[in-house]
Amino acid sequence: MTTLIKNGTIYYQGALQKLDILIEDTKIIGIGEKLAADADRVIDAEGKHVFPGFFDLHSHLRDPGQIYKEDIVSGTRAAAKGGFTTVCAMANTEPVVDNIATVEYIKRKANDLGSCKVLVVGALSKKSEGKEIAEIATMVEGGIVAVSDDGGCIQNAKLKMNALKYASSFNIPVIVHAEDYSLAGKGQINAGRMSTKLGLGGIPGLAEEIMISRDIMFAEKTKCAVHIAHVSTKRSVQLIRQAKSEGISITTEVTPHHLLLTENACEDFDTNTKVKPPLRTEEDRQACIEGLLDGTIDFIATDHAPHADFEKAREFTLAPYGINGFETAFTTLYDRLVIPGVIPLEVLVRSMSEKPALFLKREASIIKEGYPADIAIADLNAEQEITTDNMLSKSKNTPFIGQTFKGQIVMTLCEGRITWEKE
Amino acid sequence: MNNELNFVGRNLFDLDDYSPEEIYAILEAAKVMKSINLRAYKKLPTLRGKTVCTLFFENSTRTRMSFELAANRLSADVVSFSAETSSLAKGESLQDTVYTLNAMGIDLYIIRHGCPGSPQLVHKHSGKPVLNGGDGRHAHPTQALLDIFSIWEKRGSIEGLKIAIVGDIAHSRVVRSNLIGMRKLGAEVIVCGPRTLVPGHLTEIYGCKVEYDLKTALKDADVVMGLRMQFERQADGLFPSLDEYTRHYVLSKETIRWAKKDALIMHPGPMNRGIEILPEIADSQQSLIIEQVANGVAVRMAILFLLLGGEM
Repeated sequence: MTTLIKNGTIYYQGALQKLDILIEDTKIIGIGEKLAADADRVIDAEGKHVFPGFFDLHSHLRDPGQIYKEDIVSGTRAAAKGGFTTVCAMANTEPVVDNIATVEYIKRKANDLGSCKVLVVGALSKKSEGKEIAEIATMVEGGIVAVSDDGGCIQNAKLKMNALKYASSFNIPVIVHAEDYSLAGKGQINAGRMSTKLGLGGIPGLAEEIMISRDIMFAEKTKCAVHIAHVSTKRSVQLIRQAKSEGISITTEVTPHHLLLTENACEDFDTNTKVKPPLRTEEDRQACIEGLLDGTIDFIATDHAPHADFEKAREFTLAPYGINGFETAFTTLYDRLVIPGVIPLEVLVRSMSEKPALFLKREASIIKEGYPADIAIADLNAEQEITTDNMLSKSKNTPFIGQTFKGQIVMTLCEGRITWEKE
Repeated sequence: MNNELNFVGRNLFDLDDYSPEEIYAILEAAKVMKSINLRAYKKLPTLRGKTVCTLFFENSTRTRMSFELAANRLSADVVSFSAETSSLAKGESLQDTVYTLNAMGIDLYIIRHGCPGSPQLVHKHSGKPVLNGGDGRHAHPTQALLDIFSIWEKRGSIEGLKIAIVGDIAHSRVVRSNLIGMRKLGAEVIVCGPRTLVPGHLTEIYGCKVEYDLKTALKDADVVMGLRMQFERQADGLFPSLDEYTRHYVLSKETIRWAKKDALIMHPGPMNRGIEILPEIADSQQSLIIEQVANGVAVRMAILFLLLGGEM
């Protein structure tokens, strides 16, 4: 079956241009001006933008084990609605993805029932407890794309160094959630003005920065590809910029919420602003934007972390950390950063698609002949209010509820199949 | 009392929602309540038919009794709910607790809870006025009001007074609410403690001064307030020993000489005698500590009266 997407403005070879795309079954077979219109299916993208499908290196699908928060079906539907065609599922499920059976389970369920491609991240340490190295090589054979103890962080320096060395034998990147537990303590929000004012425990930027410093040194020594997850402070961005300039194999990502919000969002004790790492200061936020623009920060990842309403309805101190991200990522970033001219649309698009795909060396999320037809079509003038009713994720834990944003994904195609279409 | 001010149905989460004029109105009302408390027959019918619920998730003797006495003296019905935060963490959520209690027809909630922001949560789920009886280290507005009342009654004004607060500033909800209230009414406030017990950004948020040296902090102070040292902070690695703390920060005859001669001595209680304050000072002529407790009932009566729209 052939599909023609015509009259759209497409993101192609780094620029936005008016071109048509011809798809045969799952692959892009032609890109050009006014392609022949005898396709089986014609999608008129007049007035719309056609982007590579988004690729998320960092998400939590909660399946297996916490399917009241999210599962592979609801999570990938939410992802498709947000324009994603590939998401990487973090290992902190129940049980933890530290074994081949759980890897297989996620792959099979995603393949059978998913609305986007799901890549599996295995644990770095057994049960992600930070005590023993997980069976990384076996999981690599089973198809994992990275290893991470995300949500936690190996504290023991020797074990961490060995884990990085070990992982590097199998050419698998290690995604690091950088957090020194003794400094983070029982902190709830950024240690600073707001934590003093609200009387909430603070998580200092140092808890992240000290761990990043340590891991940069390990990356240098072990030559392991270390990817720092959800960078959040100015000093962290500086450390990574410096390390990159020295040729150390380090990469990083930033979340939409760290690009858009600061600790001030926590003022009303809205538990939907409770996240790790915490929302930081305006200075930190600006440094993250600058880092994304100058390439220090390699791409954007949502850290989609669904939590059930009743969990977030608790006291701030008792509520879990995490922000729901798939359905809000593009629209919030487009509305708040692209429209005001803070970042160019091209930077946003490639940071959410080809850059993370290239990082994992996947043939995905790039509009190119011969590549899978992973495509997100956006109506940049359409406005939408984010409400609990119109979210497809099982959980609704986003601080953007009740706010209206411009720029809506109206259709998503994953390997040629329509996985989301706005009514 | 200024009739233009409207208190009915409002919450008291902290003092930042209240203007200086409103704070003075509360103090004036408390003065009336205090006179009632000195009568042989200590009761007003004003809140008859209203139901007040105290929700205490943290241990407290004086605050709870003070609130209950205040409500009783205004003839409100009082029901009490108590639970340890820890057991609650496993069992029923605060949300469900509030839904249940609300179905019983509560008119106002008084909550004490270890987690900051809990009063806001109770209001969100109940739709009823909520009085914060202390939420974690965030706020304790009625304590601040009774402290301010105690000073105001003695000195006639708060403006221009120099108030030194000494001790574990970091973990104190009393300090935060007092900083808001005292600064609003024009006092100069100096907080003092070792740096590990003083959080950052205080000057920026409250416009107070921060001193790590007791002598400098107490210089020319009109009011000196000690705070309870919480023993577990030593285990947290915030200071090395009670001995060393006492040697450098105790309020004693000797150290209080650095303040003004007639400085008022205060403490929100419960006191650790011999640690942050010596009996020679706590029980001295200058001490307001016992009177603070008495004033607490009057201030809480005033607030309940105003928020529930009682009539004199």
